[in-house]
Amino acid sequence: MSDWLAVAGALIVAGLFFVAVFAPFLVQHKPEFINAKDILSPPSAEHWLGTDDLGRDVFARMVYGARISLSVGFVAVGIATAIGLVLGALAGYFGGWMDEIIMRFVDIMLTLPTFFLILAVIAFLSPSIYNIMIVIGVTSWMSVARLVRAEFLSLKERDFVNAARAIGVSDMGIIFRHIMPNALAPVLVSATLGVGGAILTESSLSFLGIGVQPPTPSWGNILTQGKDYIEIAWWLSVFPGLAILITVMGYNLLGEGLRDAIDPRLYR
Amino acid sequence: MRAYIVRRLMMVLPMMIGITLISFAIIHLAPGSPTQAMTDLNPNVSPESIVKLRQMYHLDEPIYIQYWLWLKKVAVLDFGDSFSQDARPVLDKILERLPITLLINILSLAVIFLISIPIGVLSATHQYSYFDRIASLFVFFGFSMPTFWFALLLMILFGVWLDWLPISGVVSMNHANLSPYGKFMDYCTHLLLPVSMSALTSLAGMSRFTRQSMLEVIRQDYVTCARAKGLSERTVIYKHALKNATLPIITLIALSIPGLIGGSVIFETIYSIPGTGQLFYQAVMGRDYPLVMGSLVIMAFLTLFANLLADVSYAMVDPRIHYE
Repeated sequence: MSDWLAVAGALIVAGLFFVAVFAPFLVQHKPEFINAKDILSPPSAEHWLGTDDLGRDVFARMVYGARISLSVGFVAVGIATAIGLVLGALAGYFGGWMDEIIMRFVDIMLTLPTFFLILAVIAFLSPSIYNIMIVIGVTSWMSVARLVRAEFLSLKERDFVNAARAIGVSDMGIIFRHIMPNALAPVLVSATLGVGGAILTESSLSFLGIGVQPPTPSWGNILTQGKDYIEIAWWLSVFPGLAILITVMGYNLLGEGLRDAIDPRLYR
Repeated sequence: MRAYIVRRLMMVLPMMIGITLISFAIIHLAPGSPTQAMTDLNPNVSPESIVKLRQMYHLDEPIYIQYWLWLKKVAVLDFGDSFSQDARPVLDKILERLPITLLINILSLAVIFLISIPIGVLSATHQYSYFDRIASLFVFFGFSMPTFWFALLLMILFGVWLDWLPISGVVSMNHANLSPYGKFMDYCTHLLLPVSMSALTSLAGMSRFTRQSMLEVIRQDYVTCARAKGLSERTVIYKHALKNATLPIITLIALSIPGLIGGSVIFETIYSIPGTGQLFYQAVMGRDYPLVMGSLVIMAFLTLFANLLADVSYAMVDPRIHYE
């Protein structure tokens, strides 16, 4: 893939960070400000992306929604990566029964239809933003674990590991101080791609009305509220969807670019 | 071969037990369970359903007895009665909705196969051509697309503005009065959008995978050899290379099944299709716990068997592999 696509991805990701961090300085209206006199008005100089059914400024809600959507993406991927790193490292390093148990657990988790699993958990818990982050994280660590295990299987035979063992470094020291740093590159790639995936999952959940709950704006729930007005107010449905598409694409392009840069074997 | 299938079958039972263990753990997230007294205040759950939940899953017994009692019921696919108004057995409710979901998923798989393999092969044989670039772009869009949003926009475009396709359900109001051909076309127009939307994400992944797999194969010595002995390019690609390149796709199909089944929840909700996905969504919204648990376990079992089928057929079509 050409480098400029990866750069475009990086720019999208950086731009979104900027938007999320400086949200209060970018909007002229408050995201929760209700104006009954100005409902469902189309995009204009006053309201760049129009207003919703309560007269709230869609641009402001989208900018604040970026905070929510990005934080869900990051925390969920952080949880998934942490679980995947630890389980993958234990399975790859120790092998034997530990490997067997962890990898069978991975197989079982891969068999459960993830979306059914997430919805089932949300049915038993309340759909708060923290629960959603945790649930997405806990159901998406399996590919990281497989990746890390494969890295550990080859790295643990290397001389520097033998050297570390020879001078008496403990197993945990070898795993976390010596092997782990060398196994992080592919994990970084999968984490970057994972953020896109997590944002998609959160928005699907919000779309079904079981994600981040209104009035907190997330791109998914702006879209859900807008879909009832799609025939008279297209801007309510089109812009949040585009935001999700562009964001996820930014992370995917960046992730693929990183993969090409880190691993020339995967040259496509 | 037979030994491999037997061994693979023996793996199924532990996997099923694993699935039930994880599902059982989810029940314990519920309000009213001994470990989560805090969430008793959850306003979404009525006191009656908490009482029913306690009785149904024996939540007052020690945990291993709870699991054992629940497992005995799951073993005969008894998931209890639905908490909803009709209070029918969960299994009946799921089974009557299963055919349409399976139909849509099987059709999606067929669409994925029929479109992604030609795209992948052409991209590989014409690497870096315009076709390849456009296909790569399409793959990126497919990966990043919030399909529920795209599905919604297409529904409005084709269903409302252009008025070419029906927007919901599986059959029209006048379905019973149509000729056999009319009935068939009625199904087709209703299923066109749901099937293509549900295929979209995997389509992207599968085209990419076919391209990669094909690129690897056409660089191998036996392909060069086939060319060297003067076979036409067409024979080399479609007879010699394609067979080996498509084999790994079977495994990938198996891996994409959980995603497809999970996706049914979204598409059946958007297009009002009366399948298990929609049923599950209603169960989640209504906190109909027996139905939620039943659907989760049954869908996981189905995925498990689809995987088994894919593994066994992989072993059967690939003569190079000898399983000891």
